[in-house]
Amino acid sequence: MTDLPTSTEKKLGLVIDLDTCVGCHACVISCKGWNTENYGAPLSDQRPYGEEPMGTFLNRVHSYEVKPEGGAAQTVHFPKSCLHCENAPCVTVCPTGASYKRKEDGIVLVNESSCIGCGLCAWACPYGARELDQAEGVMKKCTLCVDRIYNENLPEVDRVPACVRTCPAGARHFGDFADPESNVSKLTAERGGMDLMPELNTAPVNKYLPPRLKDSWDDESVLAPFLEPVAEETQGFMGWLDKQLSRLPGDVKQTEGAE
Amino acid sequence: MHPAASVIVFTTLSGAGFGMLAWLGIDSTPSTGWGAFGYYFVAFALAVGGLLSSTFHLGHPERAMKAFTQWRTSWLSREGVCAVLALTVMGLYAAGLIFLGEALSILGWIGAILSLGTVYTTSMIYAQLATIPRWNTPLTSLLYLTFAIAGGALLTGKVTIALVLLVAASFVQVIWWKKGDTAFADRGTNLGTATGLGDRGEVRSLAHPHTSPNYLMREFIYTVGRKHVQKLRVISLTLMAAVPVVLLALFGANHFIALIAVLSHIAGVATSRWLFFAEAEHTVGIYYGMR
Ligand code: SF4
Ligand code: SF4
Ligand code: SF4
Repeated sequence: MTDLPTSTEKKLGLVIDLDTCVGCHACVISCKGWNTENYGAPLSDQRPYGEEPMGTFLNRVHSYEVKPEGGAAQTVHFPKSCLHCENAPCVTVCPTGASYKRKEDGIVLVNESSCIGCGLCAWACPYGARELDQAEGVMKKCTLCVDRIYNENLPEVDRVPACVRTCPAGARHFGDFADPESNVSKLTAERGGMDLMPELNTAPVNKYLPPRLKDSWDDESVLAPFLEPVAEETQGFMGWLDKQLSRLPGDVKQTEGAE
Repeated sequence: MHPAASVIVFTTLSGAGFGMLAWLGIDSTPSTGWGAFGYYFVAFALAVGGLLSSTFHLGHPERAMKAFTQWRTSWLSREGVCAVLALTVMGLYAAGLIFLGEALSILGWIGAILSLGTVYTTSMIYAQLATIPRWNTPLTSLLYLTFAIAGGALLTGKVTIALVLLVAASFVQVIWWKKGDTAFADRGTNLGTATGLGDRGEVRSLAHPHTSPNYLMREFIYTVGRKHVQKLRVISLTLMAAVPVVLLALFGANHFIALIAVLSHIAGVATSRWLFFAEAEHTVGIYYGMR
C-alpha cells in the first residue's frame, strides 16, 4: 500500500560527510556493482562504449563550488542517493502500490513486479533519486542495500551498505536515526547534520554534514613568527650556482622600477 | 519536463472527450438513435483514444490493471478509477438513448460529474507535484477543467456557451502562464537549499556526476524551444480560442465551419499542452546547475 506508515520502528539511513568526501566515485561504482547483481532487475547501461553513454545508477556524485563573500572558493563533492524520506512523496503518488516505505525500518523500496514504469514517483522525488531503467522499464532506486544489512551469509563487517563499506574516506555512515545513541544520531548532533531542500517538507532521513570552514586569506598562522626565512642570501655552492645561472640570458628580471 | 507525445495526446484528447461527455450527460433535450450515436462515438473515441495513448509511455503496460488499486493516496490511480466509472455510466446512458430512445437523466448527471471528476483527477496528477512549482497550484485544475468544458461545448455544438467558455479559458490560460513564470523563484528552492550550503556563500555546479545526459536530465531538464515560448503561446491562444470564436461568430454553426473550429481548437490545446510540459522546470535541474 502506498499509504505512508505513521511512524517506523527504526529509521535506517546514511550520514554523508561533505567535509571528508574526496569525490572519488568509489561509492558509485560499488553501489552499481552490488545492486546490478543482487536485489531486483540489473542496472542496465545504454551505449556504454558508444556516443552519449547512459545507464542506471542509484548513487551519483556531484561537485560544487561554494564561494563565500570575499573568501576563498571551496570545492564540495556531493554524493546523492535516496534519502529515505519520512514524508516520501514518491510513495504516495504510486498508482500500483509498487513503491512503499517499510514500517519496520523506514526503508523506501520498489516492488519491481508491480511497477508499471509510469515514472510518476521519479517526478515526485525532488532529489533525482529514482531512475527508470531503460532496459527493464521499472523504477530503480537505492535500497539501502537491504540485501546486505540483514544478510547473515555475509561476515558481520560487510553487513552495511556497499557504498559505506567501500568509501575510502569514511565519508558515508550507516545507522539508525531513531536511536539517539547511534553513531549517525551522534554525528548529526555534533556536526549539525542538514536536510536537503527542507522547504519541501519531505523530512529526509539521510543527513549531510557540512564541510568544515577552511582557512581564510586574512588569518595568519600562529606559527608564522617562527617561520622567518633562515637564509636571505644564498651561500656556498648554491650561491655560486645562483650567480652563474643569473649570468645566462633568459632570466626573469627582478630589477626594481623596471616594467 | 520532457514533452512526451503520448502524454500530450492523452491530456488533449481525453480532456475534450470527457468535456463532451459532461455536456452530453446534462443535456435536457438529448438526441436519440443515430444522432446520439454520432456524438457518443466521437466522445468515446476521444476519451478512450487519449487514455490508450497514455499507456504508451509505460514501461510495463501489461500490468496496468494494478494501477486501479491505490486510489487512497494516488491521483493517478484515482484517475484510472474515475475514468472507468465515467465511461461505464456514460456508456449505459448512451445505450439507453441510442437503443431505447430513452434518457435516464439521473444516470446522465452522474456520468457528467464523473467525467469532470476524471479531468480533475488528471489535473491533480500534475498539480500535486511540489517538485514542479509551475504546476503545483490549484490553477492547474482550473485550467484543465475550463479547457475540457470549453472544448466539450464546442464539440457538442453549444455555440453560444462555447464562445463564452473559450474566452474564459483564454483568460485562465494567460493567468496560469503569468503565475507560472515566477513560480519556481517564488518557491525559494535553489542550489543553496538543495545542497544545504547556501548560507556559506554562492554555490555553483562544477562538474556533473556523468559525462552525458542520463534519464534524469532527459526527463526533467528540457530546454529546447524555450526561446520560442512567447510565439508558441500566441499561436496556442489563436488556435485554441481566437480562430474558433471568430469563425463561429461570423459564420454561425454550419458543419464545415464547426469542423474547422474544432480542429483549430484541438491543435491549440495540444500546443498549450506541449508548452505545459516543455516549460515546466523540475527541482532535479537545480542539482545540475540548470532548470
Ligand atoms: S529521496 Fe526521493 S526517492 Fe528517496 S524517499 Fe525521498 S522522495 Fe522518495
Ligand atoms: S514507476 Fe513504478 S514505482 Fe514508480 S509510481 Fe509508477 S508504478 Fe509506482
Ligand atoms: S545504500 Fe546501497 S543502494 Fe543505496 S547508495 Fe549505498 S550502495 Fe547504493
